[in-house]
Amino acid sequence: MKALRFWGTRGSLPIALTAADVRGRVAAAVRAAQGRAFASDAELDAWLDTLGMAAAGTYGGHTSCVEIVTGRDEYVLCDMGSGLRPFGQRALARHGAASPQTYHVFMSHLHWDHIMGFPFFVPAYIRGNRVRIYGGHAAIEDALRRQSAPPSFPADFSLMGATIEFVHLEAGRHYDVAGLEVSLVAQHHGGDSYGYRFAEADKAVVYSTDSEHKLTHVDETVPFVDLFRDADVVVFDAMYSLSDSISVKADWGHSSNLVGVELCHMANARHLVLFHHEPVNDDATIDRIVAETRRYEELARTGAPLRVSAAYDGMEIAL
Amino acid sequence: MECSSKRFAEVTVATLSGKLDHPSAAALEAALRPLIAQGMVDGSPLVIDFAGVTYISSMGLRVLMVAAKAMRGHARRIAAAALAPTVAEIFAIARFNHVLEVFPSVRDALAALSGQAVAAYDAGAR
Repeated sequence: MKALRFWGTRGSLPIALTAADVRGRVAAAVRAAQGRAFASDAELDAWLDTLGMAAAGTYGGHTSCVEIVTGRDEYVLCDMGSGLRPFGQRALARHGAASPQTYHVFMSHLHWDHIMGFPFFVPAYIRGNRVRIYGGHAAIEDALRRQSAPPSFPADFSLMGATIEFVHLEAGRHYDVAGLEVSLVAQHHGGDSYGYRFAEADKAVVYSTDSEHKLTHVDETVPFVDLFRDADVVVFDAMYSLSDSISVKADWGHSSNLVGVELCHMANARHLVLFHHEPVNDDATIDRIVAETRRYEELARTGAPLRVSAAYDGMEIAL
Repeated sequence: MECSSKRFAEVTVATLSGKLDHPSAAALEAALRPLIAQGMVDGSPLVIDFAGVTYISSMGLRVLMVAAKAMRGHARRIAAAALAPTVAEIFAIARFNHVLEVFPSVRDALAALSGQAVAAYDAGAR
């Protein structure tokens, strides 16, 4: 495994910046830059990095889609949220339509925000390509066919010219896919979801989204500590604050930044990536959540430091 | 985790100390349960004195949430008082300052809940 590349990081529903949002950022940057001179683009970039996402970027608005860059010819993805569309565009631009590719896609679950990108995944319409879709749910094919059928979408699933295969996975078993050892656990979420661990040599990455962790029963917590154990990166559903996740939004199937820190500490994971951002949270709010999560990590730490980041569309983490 | 309680007029003050983390969550729940049950019976508000608490994890906060829901479900007030800076930070990060009424001191909490209770507290302090 070479890297993780995030194509969609938002939870539940895609969002976009408005014209007023962009104008506000430009104005803030211009004000902050007054009196400064930049000798090079690198110097300008370094300064922009100091402004934070709320002034000089955005966490983005595409729903869940994460690429595991393996260094091999075949692609490996997690989920098919709206971020799958720009991923497909990039793959097409890179290879062209005449060069067949294989795409392995691991599905956390079948809720709308995790499958909505598939009808817009152009490589699936191109004969010669191969799309293998893996997951613990029995109804993956039904869900994908249904969302492409009238009256929901104009291009029926049958128009997809690629070879599309569905592979049912069982929690607790290990699989070899595209050179990776893959295992999965069932998660607490409406209609169930699955969290995945991808391992190769001495590297391990966890993709665990749409999962509520109550931590009240050891037998429910241990499988996740095992899943996260010594992982280089844990992509974690931190959609809600702790207070929301155990009160008004209890049993909505999502977790919090605090629980992410605690599970990663228990598992001795190295890097927690906050993921599946609440769509009502703007960039300033997510900036604040990241800072607070880093502070909580310091307060709760009993072992090695845990790196904390918030995922954003376009983010790449080298492994 | 240690817990003791004392009554000031109609208000119960639970004094906690130590770490409220995963290993101590069950003990915390057991310690608060009779005080909450008492509040159901006689309507007594509950003040939790955090002065001796050095850390609280999500599990400790979850126990407090359960306590707050139980008390509010019976229209009983529950408040937190005298949070050490670290615990106050965690309350803010977890957005728990919106779950419990938080006061700088036990006396401030009693004063907000009952004139008789703060008078009893002041009398005891003399």
